[in-house]
Amino acid sequence: MLRLKVNGVERTFDGDSQMPLLWYLRDILGLTGTKYGCGMALCGSCTVHQNGKAVRACVVPMSKAAGSEIRTIEGLSSDGSHPVQKAWMKINVPQCGYCQPGQIMQAAALFSSNHHPTDAQIDEAMAGNLCRCGTYQRIRAAIKDAAGERA
Amino acid sequence: MNEITNVSRRGFLQGVFSAGALVLSVKLVPQSLLAAETGAPGTVDQAAFHPSMWVGIEPDGTVIIVAHRSEMGSGSRTALPLVLADELDADWKRVRIEQAIGDKRYGSQDTDGSHSVRDFYQPMREAGATARLMLVRAAAKEWGVPESECETDLHTVVHKSSGKKADYGKLATAAAQVPVPSKDELKFKPKSAWRYVAKGSPSYDLDTICCGKAGYGMDAQAEGMLFAAVQHPPVLGSKVKSYDDKAPLQVKGVQQVIAIDGFKGAPAFQPLGGVAVVADNTWSAFEGRKKLNATWENSPHSVYNSDEYKKDLQKTARTAGKVSRIKGDVDAEFAKGGKILEADYYAPHLAHVSMEPPVALADVRGDKAVIWTSTQNPQAVQEVVGAQLGIPPENVTCNVALLGGGFGRKSKPDYVAEAAILSKKTGKPVKVTWSREDDIKFGYYHSVAAMYMKASLGADGMPTAWLHRSVFPPIGSTFAEGAQYGDAGELGMGWTDVPYQLANFRAEVGPAVNHVRIGWYRSVANIYHAFAVQSFTDELAHAAGKDPVEYRLALLGDARKITPKDTPGFPESPAGYEYDTARLRRVIELAAEQSGWGKKKLGKGRGLGIAAHRSFLTYVATVVEVEVNNQGEIKIPRVDTVLDAGLVVNPEQTRNQFEGAAVFGTSLARYGEITAKNGVIEQSNFNDYQIARMGDAPYHVNVRVLESDAPPAGVGEPGVPPFAPALCNAIFAATGKRVRELPLSKIDFSAA
Repeated sequence: MLRLKVNGVERTFDGDSQMPLLWYLRDILGLTGTKYGCGMALCGSCTVHQNGKAVRACVVPMSKAAGSEIRTIEGLSSDGSHPVQKAWMKINVPQCGYCQPGQIMQAAALFSSNHHPTDAQIDEAMAGNLCRCGTYQRIRAAIKDAAGERA
Repeated sequence: MNEITNVSRRGFLQGVFSAGALVLSVKLVPQSLLAAETGAPGTVDQAAFHPSMWVGIEPDGTVIIVAHRSEMGSGSRTALPLVLADELDADWKRVRIEQAIGDKRYGSQDTDGSHSVRDFYQPMREAGATARLMLVRAAAKEWGVPESECETDLHTVVHKSSGKKADYGKLATAAAQVPVPSKDELKFKPKSAWRYVAKGSPSYDLDTICCGKAGYGMDAQAEGMLFAAVQHPPVLGSKVKSYDDKAPLQVKGVQQVIAIDGFKGAPAFQPLGGVAVVADNTWSAFEGRKKLNATWENSPHSVYNSDEYKKDLQKTARTAGKVSRIKGDVDAEFAKGGKILEADYYAPHLAHVSMEPPVALADVRGDKAVIWTSTQNPQAVQEVVGAQLGIPPENVTCNVALLGGGFGRKSKPDYVAEAAILSKKTGKPVKVTWSREDDIKFGYYHSVAAMYMKASLGADGMPTAWLHRSVFPPIGSTFAEGAQYGDAGELGMGWTDVPYQLANFRAEVGPAVNHVRIGWYRSVANIYHAFAVQSFTDELAHAAGKDPVEYRLALLGDARKITPKDTPGFPESPAGYEYDTARLRRVIELAAEQSGWGKKKLGKGRGLGIAAHRSFLTYVATVVEVEVNNQGEIKIPRVDTVLDAGLVVNPEQTRNQFEGAAVFGTSLARYGEITAKNGVIEQSNFNDYQIARMGDAPYHVNVRVLESDAPPAGVGEPGVPPFAPALCNAIFAATGKRVRELPLSKIDFSAA
């Protein structure tokens, strides 16, 4: 029996401990804001926070998620009021929107450790998050906007 | 033709609208078709109209607009309701959008070809204006005042002299009793009174997307559902020889192993066939699939090897083909000698790789099926699922979720048919999820193409004759076995519609056999045709010693509207959308100016390149600035794009589309290549099929959307075609190296 906290709620899991956190969140808990995109940590669609750090849920087995605090997009704020979410809306970032929960979680992790990232730091932090619609320019602008708001 | 009907009391809208609501529909299809399709008395069809779009007003004032086109990021789910809301003079904050199920009474729901706004702008205006007039008439009657003294102001009917006002909600029930006005009674708002059109609004779904609450096909859930993964034949058309149906069951969570038959005849939208593993979660299905150890029979397509195929295509491109458009006598001109240029261009297969791979949930019970999926084409879902299950299409309810990208892949519902087959066989709702590997290895690929270009230059450096020949396996081969020639539609995308004023011109097409499923891909044949034509144009300019912008403008010749009448073989445009060279000229001039063309000082290793192309009736010019360092690494600091898409309903969303098109173009130009070995696709995931990441995408894309009163044209696709040639022309300017084959990742640009 594994124990973990998801968005502040204590959970237990007695399934296959090799199951990736992604599918536990999506198929078992029904938290579908975290997306599947590649299954190999190549696209970042499944980015969540584990003990405050951005991780790819598709390659974190439940055995490694045990005992940690997981935050998903559903838990970032109850109403979209996180500064990164607000900036995303203000800059009108999404097109199809599918990758955006992962982008937002990645950006929120960057934001929590660095309030004023440079272009190079943004590029580096966001390099693992793919967007097929090509919203990178707006993602960069939104991260800077969030930083400005916080400052 | 767009007749509007009051359907406030029609039973089939129950569930969407409450009692007392005013509900209007717009009819788009000819009356003759209606008569043939009207069902038995008392059924839904007896409503006797075939609406494309509904609007309703609830007694609480909520305006409900039904979006019948799919939303995959291109914005039609917001843009079309904006048009209606504007003519209705509705408060956008009080509009609720409902997504339509698949139903042929809507007319076409196939969200492709960048034509949602073009086809439905006018019907939406009429629906809005009709509802507004009925609200005005209801108010005038209630107040006992002449209709002419009443007007609307943001969700309210106003009688100025008496000061009377009524919210739309208060008038809804009365308005539902007002006879539907005829079309010639409608008054449209003057442009100066537009609230939303040409001003725009953020996506209706912006908030839910940013909160992770938006519902994509991947997120569909049903009580008691099972999860499935399908092992597809590694080579198109091969059949399973053997597989282990026991080992997958050892995986925790796996419940069943089920074979799926392959397609018969041409693949079209039929399932590929293979073996499915059904489990109680997605991961178990993926894990169980690994234990199948399936072996496969050979297929005629096992001969497909991309290296050899490429040589064959290029050979065909150097051989006389079928003439698609001809003027004058290019051969006679070439025979005169002088300065002649020839070039071979090549562009490989591409995969769509929408971030959400194909996924569908089906619940089949008896002779009925209910589907939840990401599809661009819900009516095709009804047809394909119906055919696979042996039930009529109208017994298939297709709920359309948001799409996590489509790009043409999700026009083809083979994956939905798989879910339906498995639901029927298990008796439970089944969700089929394609892994990224499935998506890349078993797609409907963008065509590989080889193109041969030849031109002779006169003393003034302008072409005296132009010949080009395109060879690619056509999309038609997916639907008809043995189709080998690109059709008029594919050739009309950048090949037969070259707008240059030339005395001698010949466009040809050569045959190519398909070995994979070929499908539509964002901007389709325009990609390789614009790459060849716009790159070759650049070659000619440099050969003539002229500025590429000036040269392009000279090639366009006189400002004119080109039609097949004056230019035989030129593709016909829809009425009102004739190819206007003045509009192409304007975007070229403005893009050049915006980019600092000819004025900007560029350092070593930097260059500007331009390309201009009309597709989906929209005129686009793109200037790319590139930086190539000594190690051959490419950076794209800046892109300037100017577009004339006629009236643009949502300029902000359109800018977003064109910014994205530059990134999409970057992906295909730099990395995009799908190859086959012995019929098996060699790529599998984002490690070996790369798309642009933030750092290698253009740093800044400046998009200028021109204001225009011309009728609305496409915005989802037209940004893509000019990008790759503009980038390659910039690389030539920066390095002197001419790119004739994509992708760039295979070319060494390091300083020798």
